[in-house]
Amino acid sequence: MPIHEKSLIRPEDLLTHENLTLDGVDVSGHWSTFIQSRAVTDYNEALQEEIAALPGGEYIHRCWQCGSCTNSCTVNAVNPDFNPRYWIYLIRMGLEEELLRDKDIVWQCVSCNKCTYACPRDVNPEGVMKATAHWLELKGHVAKSPSMHFDEVFAGQVFATGKIEEGRIMRQFFGRTGQPLLQDWLVALVRGLVSRLPVGLLTKLGLATVFRPRTAGWGKAREALAEYVVEREAANRRALGLDEQGTH
Amino acid sequence: MTAKYQKVAYYPGCALEGTGHAYNRSTKELGKALGLDLVELKNWNCCGAMEVKNIDPKLQTYLSARNLAIAENMGFDTVMAPCNGCYHNLKKAEHDLAHDAGSREVADRLSRKAGHKSYTAGQVTTIHALDWIKEAIGEEGIRQRVRNSLKGLKIANYYGCMYTRPRHIFPEKDQGPGSESTSKPHFMDDLLAAAGAECVEYPLKTACCGGAHTLSDSDTSTKLVLNLLTTAEACGADVIATECPTCHSGLEMHQVRAEKVFGQKTRVKILYFTQLLGMALGLSARRVGVHENFSEASDLLHARGLG
Repeated sequence: MPIHEKSLIRPEDLLTHENLTLDGVDVSGHWSTFIQSRAVTDYNEALQEEIAALPGGEYIHRCWQCGSCTNSCTVNAVNPDFNPRYWIYLIRMGLEEELLRDKDIVWQCVSCNKCTYACPRDVNPEGVMKATAHWLELKGHVAKSPSMHFDEVFAGQVFATGKIEEGRIMRQFFGRTGQPLLQDWLVALVRGLVSRLPVGLLTKLGLATVFRPRTAGWGKAREALAEYVVEREAANRRALGLDEQGTH
Repeated sequence: MTAKYQKVAYYPGCALEGTGHAYNRSTKELGKALGLDLVELKNWNCCGAMEVKNIDPKLQTYLSARNLAIAENMGFDTVMAPCNGCYHNLKKAEHDLAHDAGSREVADRLSRKAGHKSYTAGQVTTIHALDWIKEAIGEEGIRQRVRNSLKGLKIANYYGCMYTRPRHIFPEKDQGPGSESTSKPHFMDDLLAAAGAECVEYPLKTACCGGAHTLSDSDTSTKLVLNLLTTAEACGADVIATECPTCHSGLEMHQVRAEKVFGQKTRVKILYFTQLLGMALGLSARRVGVHENFSEASDLLHARGLG
């Protein structure tokens, strides 16, 4: 196993003996670290199929574990526990319990698409990350992540009016996730800008928060989009063997 | 020089009507100064940015298909999008509609229900603001028109993620000499160098700024942006040139956040490439909206005799 993957072995599974001789061979100390053997019996044989049934997960079966995704990953460089190759392996093996150990960080994929660019098998690992994050939430393993709240607020506005207004999105998102709108750095940012902006533009931006930008004649599109969202949600839940009426 | 880019359909997108206002202004001013016509798409809608695809990717395809259909109805075969997100999504829709029957079926069904003509792949080509200037004017054209050279200004060119990845949605890139590269893009470098700037070797030109999670995972975004800023400074850059409103405002926001929250101050300025090119062509800093940026660059620009 390449040395950079040593982080995948958990400390409790590593055995180092201060004094041990096996069949006349001295295996004491750090150089003779053992990995605890274990038997896995609780597979979820449906796991790969479930992920593949969600949007983005369709091509997970193509993976041959080269590790190009993890090697190129933006988030992995910040947090080595964020490991797309490893999660794809766990999903394909049905090792659900192992996957759940990382349930709280899967959503952090920033969709930079470096993995999808690098993947020699067109697995679309970025899509697999999103499918996995959805799976975790649909199965009730995690609450909605901040990013999922953001997606819903953002998409909700697009579906409703055809356009978005950034100030409204920030207010709704901070409201949903219980964060104060007046964060130090945001205040500093806005203060700096307001001191320089011409009144005309400030008025225009201010008016946009009152009179929301919208696409004219969007009504029928709104209905069509809403119908499709409901249809897809039901299909996703069905694919995971869940009651079609979710809490969404 | 490509005559057909003299007049193209223009898709500004939502960010350019909000935080990316300066990009909208400088793009239009640049077009005017170069004698290029931009005709805004009538009654366009949001492309879905980085968020709608996470609800369902085919919804994003529909949203972009509607915009492409508008361009087609207006009689254009080319639409120019200065925002990487919009540009990427239009390109992605074009690719998916051409290659994926499922995406086609959903886009057609939603278009029918929404009461407008559905879009058939291949009618409209999406280009970025960089393609637009590079093709319509080119380096030589810029060189001839420079009135206020960017000479002495050291620039790190930052392209971000969505301009080059994933590569399969950009069939015109990586086609040998003259074409854009997905691994080491250079169109912005070429144009700004033609305007006199010294483009530094910047290894992070396609690294990620964490824009998708700029508010939902701010600490990660701040770390990623700080890396971009400190690396640009280590490369000797005075300015990071941007070509995407999300990258641009991400860099500006997290530069402030890095200082306020992590106590790490960086000095490099952040300007849209359209602002830099505009000033090189003799437009004032105000004209290209430098005062609308969060990043306060006027001192630097005055010191260099710009703006």
